[in-house]
Amino acid sequence: MSIIKINDIYIKECASVVGKNESEGPLGKYFDLCENDMRFGEDSWEMAESELTRRCIEMLLTKSGKKGKDVSLVTGGDLLNQCISSAFAVSENDIPYLGLYGACSTCAEGLVVGAIMAEKLQNDVISFASSHFCSAEKQFRFPLEYGGQRTPTSQSTVTGSGAFLLSKSGKIKVTEGLIGRVKDGNITDVNNMGAAMAPAAADTLMRYFVESGTKPSDFDVIATGDLGMEGHELTKQLMMTENVVMGDCFTDCGLMIYDMKKQDMHAGGSGCGCSAAVTAGHFCRLLEKGEIKNLLLVGTGALLSKTSANQGRTIPAVAHLVRLESVV
Amino acid sequence: MTKEKYVKIASERSKRSNICTNVIKAYVTGGCICLIAHGFLKLYNEVCGMDFQNARILSTVSIVFIAGLLTGLGVFDNIAKFAGAGTLVPITGFSNAVTAPAIESKSEGFVNGVGAKMFVIAGPVIVYGVTASVIYGLFYYYFGG
Repeated sequence: MSIIKINDIYIKECASVVGKNESEGPLGKYFDLCENDMRFGEDSWEMAESELTRRCIEMLLTKSGKKGKDVSLVTGGDLLNQCISSAFAVSENDIPYLGLYGACSTCAEGLVVGAIMAEKLQNDVISFASSHFCSAEKQFRFPLEYGGQRTPTSQSTVTGSGAFLLSKSGKIKVTEGLIGRVKDGNITDVNNMGAAMAPAAADTLMRYFVESGTKPSDFDVIATGDLGMEGHELTKQLMMTENVVMGDCFTDCGLMIYDMKKQDMHAGGSGCGCSAAVTAGHFCRLLEKGEIKNLLLVGTGALLSKTSANQGRTIPAVAHLVRLESVV
Repeated sequence: MTKEKYVKIASERSKRSNICTNVIKAYVTGGCICLIAHGFLKLYNEVCGMDFQNARILSTVSIVFIAGLLTGLGVFDNIAKFAGAGTLVPITGFSNAVTAPAIESKSEGFVNGVGAKMFVIAGPVIVYGVTASVIYGLFYYYFGG
């Protein structure tokens, strides 16, 4: 058995901060803070991302009326080397920090790890994840001002951060977690992350349905992190080969955060901030109000680096699952 | 599903860029850039009275400067998004490929940032361009008559 049962841990509060493009998307009004300045008042993209994360954690503490000393652990990560934006963001909080790297699956990974830690510590834990379009472009692709064209399958890294306060009380219960297996679908195209991550998403979903004895229709929403247009359709196809029809409840945060018709985002949004901001800003609101009763969040991460891509290696991927339930 | 089959399915369903539209856009924009460059050539040669060789060099320098300036102003990437190879193939592409990483790396300092990373994109073009020129030069020297 590999499903992790979590007892009496809830998302007590959540906060989300996004950039301009995300605020102009269909979920724009649900985010706590929208910043039009991509630099967030900082002099580098890395520090801009760090400031984004810092503001999100600060917003979470303000909303929940907590102070840093009330929290036993902060866990989370981002996409940058050595998770520098997260480290700088939490450096002034004086809260023990557990850094995570699961690429874009970090939000779900953080919720599972955070919930386990909150259960063990019997105290509040903060879980967060963030990404920034410009710092991700700089690290993984080309300089921002470089005049290149993107392929239709490429995705746009979300400038966003989501943070959750995991506590012994709240309206959203974290009931189960499932840690993903690394799956390699032999995809080498760095501009088609969705296709690289779909086998991992399908594997985690299948494992969960088989082990828990549930089916897609048992859930109000099943959301993957950032599969985008390509990955979403491929996951549905992969599930079909196992005779599982995902149905209308199956969606993807990368397809929800932008207006796919009006905003020029190609195959959709990506990055750890994508699932983090959508979950904190949108899904948690629906769960808190009881508008949806349960949610399976499947964070999907492509575990590549620029070096491995240059060496022509395939793109391994992982997908972690967390089950959230409304207790309203 | 086997990995081979999955790669086939993924590659079959992934949308390709529209080659026809892209070629037309690239042709028109690239043509416009060359037209502007030729305007500079006429200006330097016929209006300013510069000799043809120097006017030709200066018109190239002018285009490099304008492309660098537009990169700095954050406009070039928007034009390139439309133009594709239209801005990449002329010397504008080379200028942008040097300026863009230089701007991006400024936060890492002038030595480890700007100096070290300025040629991160254009470097291979210079290396293999010079190598090709040497090989061509040798052939020309021995067999070119």
